[in-house]
Amino acid sequence: MRRIHDFHGGIHPAEHKSDSMAQPIQPAGVPDVLVLPTGQHIGNSALPTVAPGQRVLGGEEIAEADGALSVPCHAPTSGTVLAVEDRPVPHPSGLSALCIVLQPDGRDEWAEPRPFANPMNADPLLLTQHIQQAGIAGMGGAGFPTAVKLSPRPGKPIQTLIINGTECEPYITADDSLMRERAAAVISGSLILAHVLGNPTVLLGIEDNKPEAIAALKDAATGSGVEIVVFPTKYPSGGEKQLIEILLGAQVPSGALPADIGVVCQNVGTAAAVHHAVVNGRPLVSRITTVTGEAVSRPGNYEVLLGTPIRHLLALAGYDASVNQRLVMGGPMMGFTVSDPDCPIIKTSNCLLLPTEAELPTPPPPQACIRCGLCAEACPASLLPQQLFWYSRGRDHERLEAHNLFDCIECGACAYVCPSHIPLVQYYRASKAEIIAQRQDAERAEHARQRFEARQERIERQAREKAERREARKRAAEAKATAATGDDKDSDPIQAAIERAQARKAALADAGSKD
Amino acid sequence: MALLRVTSPHAHGAQDTTQVMQSVLLATLPGVAVMTWFFGPGTLVNILFGSMVAVAMETVALALRRRPILRTLDDHSAVVTASLLCISLPPYSPWWLIVIGMGSAIWLAKHFYGGLGYNPFNPAMVGYVVLLISFPVQMTSWAPPRGTGAELPSFLEALRACFAPQTYDAVTMATALDVVKQNSGLTLEALWRESPQLGRWAGAGWEWVSLAFLAGGLWMLKKRLFTWHAPVGMLLSITLLSALFYDEGSSASKGSPLFHLLGGATLFGAFFIITDPVSSAVSNRGRLVYGALIGALVYIIRVAGNYPDAVAFAVLIMNFAAPFIDHYTQPRTYGHRVRPPT
Ligand code: SF4
Ligand code: SF4
Repeated sequence: MRRIHDFHGGIHPAEHKSDSMAQPIQPAGVPDVLVLPTGQHIGNSALPTVAPGQRVLGGEEIAEADGALSVPCHAPTSGTVLAVEDRPVPHPSGLSALCIVLQPDGRDEWAEPRPFANPMNADPLLLTQHIQQAGIAGMGGAGFPTAVKLSPRPGKPIQTLIINGTECEPYITADDSLMRERAAAVISGSLILAHVLGNPTVLLGIEDNKPEAIAALKDAATGSGVEIVVFPTKYPSGGEKQLIEILLGAQVPSGALPADIGVVCQNVGTAAAVHHAVVNGRPLVSRITTVTGEAVSRPGNYEVLLGTPIRHLLALAGYDASVNQRLVMGGPMMGFTVSDPDCPIIKTSNCLLLPTEAELPTPPPPQACIRCGLCAEACPASLLPQQLFWYSRGRDHERLEAHNLFDCIECGACAYVCPSHIPLVQYYRASKAEIIAQRQDAERAEHARQRFEARQERIERQAREKAERREARKRAAEAKATAATGDDKDSDPIQAAIERAQARKAALADAGSKD
Repeated sequence: MALLRVTSPHAHGAQDTTQVMQSVLLATLPGVAVMTWFFGPGTLVNILFGSMVAVAMETVALALRRRPILRTLDDHSAVVTASLLCISLPPYSPWWLIVIGMGSAIWLAKHFYGGLGYNPFNPAMVGYVVLLISFPVQMTSWAPPRGTGAELPSFLEALRACFAPQTYDAVTMATALDVVKQNSGLTLEALWRESPQLGRWAGAGWEWVSLAFLAGGLWMLKKRLFTWHAPVGMLLSITLLSALFYDEGSSASKGSPLFHLLGGATLFGAFFIITDPVSSAVSNRGRLVYGALIGALVYIIRVAGNYPDAVAFAVLIMNFAAPFIDHYTQPRTYGHRVRPPT
């Protein structure tokens, strides 16, 4: 048995997971329209390669990756491109972004699948490319392009691949159902990822509140070399840094990447997507999304085509708008509210939470911080949230940074326990944004300063050079004059200058008359 | 229903500051009940009148500071401060003593500094110390406990003591801490035999009051209203110091560890005063240090200082030191090898 380590803090919120686990994964079907944002991942948005009116097949690329930190988008089914335009997208900012709008034709005709032959003997670089071309980005919620994490970094070998099956947020069961029902795909994908990374140790971490998934995974992993590591349930054990600490007892240095200590983390959903892309030759066009909360009568896990409007899923799950108070994309701890049900499901949408007011009450007005320290006890990053709150209110950016604001993972554990209902995370987000903006300002100012100085320096240099040239000319003329008269003392510089000027004038007049 | 736009987290734990304060009030009940049993209804009258004064003063302060009144009163913190101060006052205190104490606690210690959460000093202890320094006679006149001969006043008499103090004939008696402190000639054994105010281990009645406050404190600990660090730090250091200097009861003895633990305001202070989060150190390690230093100060002032009990002074001194403790006990942030600088 591998030794399990604990991490500081953490909380045990009510799980509410059984609500959505009553049924197996159900297909959500094909909606009337699919809205596919070109930026469903972190990094550069993909560049559309289709035009309105164009017919596309399922699996066909409709937007190509823009550089290495980007992934393409594919059509989830056959149909016609209706528009390439800005539409509301699921994002905390509530903004719109470029989307490809597709009208499915109901025939679901597919482009030829392109499986990768014999992947376990293949060149890791080619496999990485294949994974990028399949449009795979982290499906646990962050949406970081998977291929980037797989790209080798010189001098930094990977010793451990961690497959994250923790799913520690309450309500969400998308990964749980995936592991129960498609454990073989998860293990197969994990092995492919391990091959790409040079066969490190593979650990699949999972909380002990998912006994069925654990059994299925152990079954599927027999003889594969993937070790299933079970540990006690505690939020946020699924945070990348926390999971690394649980499994390896090591911490990722502040500001560094897991790869810097020889670790790569991938979500179980990502592993399954890699399996589909490599073994079945299918790009990423669907995902499992949990739809749950007391405002839906049929909570469950749905296999959803990317681009499916939230509205479509709500109808399927028996949504009662009259009792719903907020529409949360993601879980109750880290999810964000969406105000437009026309927003689509994207690659990172693991959950739609539709609580009633009684279930997740509107927060009461915050009371004074009584410095009870519960927040510090709950913080998995061992920060002092109450101090950060204090400095955040005072806009004391220096202290905020000295107290490691940027090590806050925004898990919400502090705000969860705060008896005064202070929206702590909101303060941290705002302060982070302010500090980043200020840094950018400072950088811009620095650039401007450098530009200014360069210009100043150029002007000075030119002036200097001019002066030097003048000086040189003067010396040359004097030398000439000296040579002509043969005697320094007798020469009259004023006379000489007058003569030179007259000569020049004459020459100019001469030149002018020639024109 | 219009959809809410709020930021995460959306779920919230069960604790709530109002409930925390209510629980603290509830936790004082066993102690207050035992006090009433031993000393009569004086403390009850103190608390009832003191709470009304505190709420009125809090209302005035909030109005002057243009803060939401009802919403802030709802945090119950004024009543908690009032109760803690009134428990510390001698039973049958006159009304003006209570009013001055409340003014110092609510206005001077709390609102002058910006209200709940901003007060560097524990308001109840500020009130207590102001009174102790200004009115030492009234503040050290304790009623004799049940079982020492005197009759306990009735509720009516208690009201009279409070609101018409000039018509009330107070019967008072030196407290156990005084007796031991002033003792010079007797061995502890002899002293115990001679002094009715000494009980089984500490002050007569007092030891049971202390145990009742301990029960309330343990209940709060079980409800996780605070962590064990500060109380354990304080009780440990008092026990260690008093054990170190205990000489088995000669006339110069300063009292056994049990005497110091159960005597005076030790247990009340450990669970109800130094656990006030606002004015204490912040981190768990910091609170352990904070509690231990308070315990040490309590013992030192008790045996060497001019005042028989010392919890209030010790707490205020350490309130002052709390930011320094915080500075040296900051937790190490994830992924950092050293503690962050302040
Ligand atoms: S939990 Fe809330 S009230 Fe308690 S110290 Fe932290 S921020 Fe202050
Ligand atoms: S949100 Fe930040 S400060 Fe709050 S508990 Fe999580 S990591 Fe700590």
